[in-house]
Amino acid sequence: MAKEYKTIGEIAGPLIFVEKTEPVGYNELVNVTLADGSVKRGQVLDTSKDIVVVQVFEGTGGLNKDSGVRFTGETIKLPVSSELLGRILSGSGEPLDGGPRIVPEDRWEITGAAINPYSRKPPEEFIQTGISTIDGMNTLVRGQKLPIFSGSGLPHNEIALQIARQAKVLGAEEEFAVVFAAMGITSEEAQHFMYDFERTGALERAVVFTNLADDPAVERLITPRLALTAAEYLAYECEMHVLVILTDMTNYCEALRQMGAAREEVPGRRGYPGYMYTDLASLYERAGVIKGKKGSVTQFSILSMPGDDITHPIPDLSGYITEGQIVISRELHMKGIYPPINVLPSLSRLMNSGIGSKRTREDHKAVSDQLYAGYAEGLDLRGLVAIVGKEALSERDRKFLEFADLFEDRFVRQGMEEDRDIETTLDLGWELLATLSESQLTRIDNKYIEKYHPAHRNKNKKTVESSTE
Amino acid sequence: MEVKGEIYRISGPVVTALNINARMYDVVKVGDEGLMGEVIGIKGEKTIIQVYEDTSGVKPGEPVIDTGMPLSVELGPGLLKSIYDGIQRPLPVLKEKMGDFIQRGVSASGLDHNKQWEFKPVVKKGDKLKGGKIIGTVQETENILHRILLPPNVSGVVDEINEGMFTVDDVIGRLSDGTELKLMHYWPVRHPRPVKNKLRPTIPLITGQRIFDGLFPLAKGGTAAIPGPFGSGKTVMQQQLAKWSDAEIVVYIGCGERGNEMADVLNEFPELEDPKTGRPLMERTVLIANTSNMPVAAREASVYTGITIAEYYRDMGYDVSLMADSTSRWAEAMREISSRLEEMPGEEGYPAYLAAKLAEFYERAGRAKTLCEDEGSVTVIGAVSPPGGDFSEPVTQNTLRIVKVFWALDAKLAQRRHFPAINWLTSYSLYGRTLDEWYTKNVSTEWTKLRSNTMNLLQREAELQDIVQLVGSDALPDDQQLTLEIARMVREYFLQQNAYHDVDSYCPMINQYKMLKAILTWGEKAVLALESGASVTNIIALESRDMLAKVRFEKDIDVVLDTVMKKADEEFAAQTHRGK
Repeated sequence: MAKEYKTIGEIAGPLIFVEKTEPVGYNELVNVTLADGSVKRGQVLDTSKDIVVVQVFEGTGGLNKDSGVRFTGETIKLPVSSELLGRILSGSGEPLDGGPRIVPEDRWEITGAAINPYSRKPPEEFIQTGISTIDGMNTLVRGQKLPIFSGSGLPHNEIALQIARQAKVLGAEEEFAVVFAAMGITSEEAQHFMYDFERTGALERAVVFTNLADDPAVERLITPRLALTAAEYLAYECEMHVLVILTDMTNYCEALRQMGAAREEVPGRRGYPGYMYTDLASLYERAGVIKGKKGSVTQFSILSMPGDDITHPIPDLSGYITEGQIVISRELHMKGIYPPINVLPSLSRLMNSGIGSKRTREDHKAVSDQLYAGYAEGLDLRGLVAIVGKEALSERDRKFLEFADLFEDRFVRQGMEEDRDIETTLDLGWELLATLSESQLTRIDNKYIEKYHPAHRNKNKKTVESSTE
Repeated sequence: MEVKGEIYRISGPVVTALNINARMYDVVKVGDEGLMGEVIGIKGEKTIIQVYEDTSGVKPGEPVIDTGMPLSVELGPGLLKSIYDGIQRPLPVLKEKMGDFIQRGVSASGLDHNKQWEFKPVVKKGDKLKGGKIIGTVQETENILHRILLPPNVSGVVDEINEGMFTVDDVIGRLSDGTELKLMHYWPVRHPRPVKNKLRPTIPLITGQRIFDGLFPLAKGGTAAIPGPFGSGKTVMQQQLAKWSDAEIVVYIGCGERGNEMADVLNEFPELEDPKTGRPLMERTVLIANTSNMPVAAREASVYTGITIAEYYRDMGYDVSLMADSTSRWAEAMREISSRLEEMPGEEGYPAYLAAKLAEFYERAGRAKTLCEDEGSVTVIGAVSPPGGDFSEPVTQNTLRIVKVFWALDAKLAQRRHFPAINWLTSYSLYGRTLDEWYTKNVSTEWTKLRSNTMNLLQREAELQDIVQLVGSDALPDDQQLTLEIARMVREYFLQQNAYHDVDSYCPMINQYKMLKAILTWGEKAVLALESGASVTNIIALESRDMLAKVRFEKDIDVVLDTVMKKADEEFAAQTHRGK
């Protein structure tokens, strides 16, 4: 049994400073025993011969100088097992569902090691989410990390749930799992997620970690790490395809800032610690596919942008690590369009490797580019119309203006339970593009126009019919 | 001699040690596992060390060993085709030793010490040699001859030199003072390798990317920055440059970037074919991959490791292009370590020495007469990722004070799928004038004129666009409407380039000239037609205009352009006729 120290010299926020210890390892797990016998857990942040700084996960309430501190001699580990599936755990990994303790098949360090870039397999398997704006224009692939940039009061949870329900890889029946980590969300939101998981039977294939708004903020720092460790175990040991949903990354970053302030660190932009980039990278980068292994980890994190500001440090740094972003627009939401995804600032960096003739359809990229260009032009014209009026527009411009409206109304808008396959999405794209003059379709090769453009398609059909006659 | 000290304190990657008397930037082995670290500060009794690996579980009291050597790289045959982490450990070897995840405490040397190379000396007994002289050659890959150099800090008379098969550790000869000669030598990464003198940058680095070669050229040995808010196609652009630029050796540093993208580079490069030789591109490439979740101190070192390797090949007389993606991540690594050291922060928390470090790094670029009287160059292209796309932040600003070329990636253009999304109004190249002579001699005497006309046209378009924003395009007089249309052609048919299209991905300089000339000639004809009475609507509806749009996808550009221009002549003649 590790030695117990009663040498706490100072307690500041979530931190305790322990004096006169034997050598203690950096990042070691710590147990703190209170006067009433209850135990809190913590982690070593800074260690030296004179003083050891420990952050206590469940908060320092109830601690005093007489509390006993034990250093366990090992870093924080998660007991992992395939039996994690179907379980609901707290933000620090304790069962919340009244079920038995997890019988571990192994214990994995939660910090996780970086995947050797040489071992990674570039992600390229198309995941069909059934949402046109994502599949058609910001395609998600297996092993990608694609966050939703949203704002308060926007339906990002619905979108995340719809994706969790509908996501599938075409033509493949493989084992999949969902790992869901809630960080600082309200119990109402958490219940909404749980209700939907139960309603659709998804819970059986899910592992849920919940750190609610009233749970200690410092616990939030380990919740996503536990979730990702569970995900890696399921993916690389149990050969499953795992979709990890982390919500809400903003709360995570707030906790990080809070801890930085408690440690009296030099703050970076807007008070967030200077190492936030590296810290976020150590979470987001835990997605991917490894050569020679069957499973994969795909990350879908939700991030609410404070003040809808995409240049705020949280979305900004996230955007530099993740492979794109899906941006939710308040304007579209106000217009009553669901899902209110604004495709212009949205992006999937891995789209090109996931689409094309063998994966989706040969014309996919061209259609997507043309839709982008058309919609962007239409929106510019909308701005112009506000100044000069519709009458001043040329015939060509008016077409683009109408195109933008149609695009929002038919391509973007879809039902919460509506699962459009990729063919439907692309054909819908063509239908909209057909409202423009053919000479305006500069992003599309002629051969695709001849093959897929509705005008030609019908013609082709006719020739086929007449030849069969 | 090794001196053993002990650990006093551990805070993340920063470790404080007692009882060693190491010099600044010496490499030390930390803890029972011998984690690699570097001395970055000395305060009284305490030596401050940044550790290149994760320090979880390391305890005070564990040993620290001073190796007495600064952080160095192994330079010799076998560098090409390698994939390294930030401190020159080959990633494939790491994978073999520790599996798919990067564990710690594993050392691996940069070069393969077992492989034998065929060495042919070019000096003989009795030759008097100065540092940096070529002593012989090794055929490193099919097309790259590795010149074995005497280390820059060694000189003397050759006493013995042998031909044959050697590993990098074998002695291939001796100097009269007893110095052993080997195929490999060490060089400390933080010291620039010396050259005889630097030369003026008068030769362009041809990239095959129209917006670069055409409008904003970079010189061999020059420096360029690509800033870009995320999602503006920066990474694709850098990969294009690595693939297509006419440098003989490519060093690509993925510094703090995404694992999946790095995987893409690592996967794609070995399969790429060198357009000039038909051999794999990898045979003239060194890749350094340090993803954002790999240890931060190794990220800081990766940039120096890369540029030292680049300088080494320059010293052999090669043109080397080095891409660093991204220097912002490098600066952030400096910031993170600085804040762990509790240094007084400068602007936005970056250390006060940020500007000096950036300048030192870019200054290692250049075209130079090498110590062996040859000419070589290191061209540095650094990506910066300004937070929030705000160019006023310190890393971008300090970079712009140094570099001569600025390729401004623009998220707005990317959103419209205008790729490469380089803003032609805010980008600049200060090499324009020094390179004019080369372009006049090697491309066309008209080139300089053509380029300035293009720039003027685009500038004019921007002014007109401002008016259009207010009054709509219909309110403009005909000639101005036509100007807009011609500018649109330049943008869409010339400046846009599809990196994924077989033909369009690389556009030879001469084709760039022909295409631009054709578009502007068409424009001139259109203006003439307008003057003789044709209408704008009719002119822009001409078929030859649509045909010009597809020229960039054609392999045999001469034939196609010929047809297009003939068609244009016919059509304009008809228009003018009708007009009358």
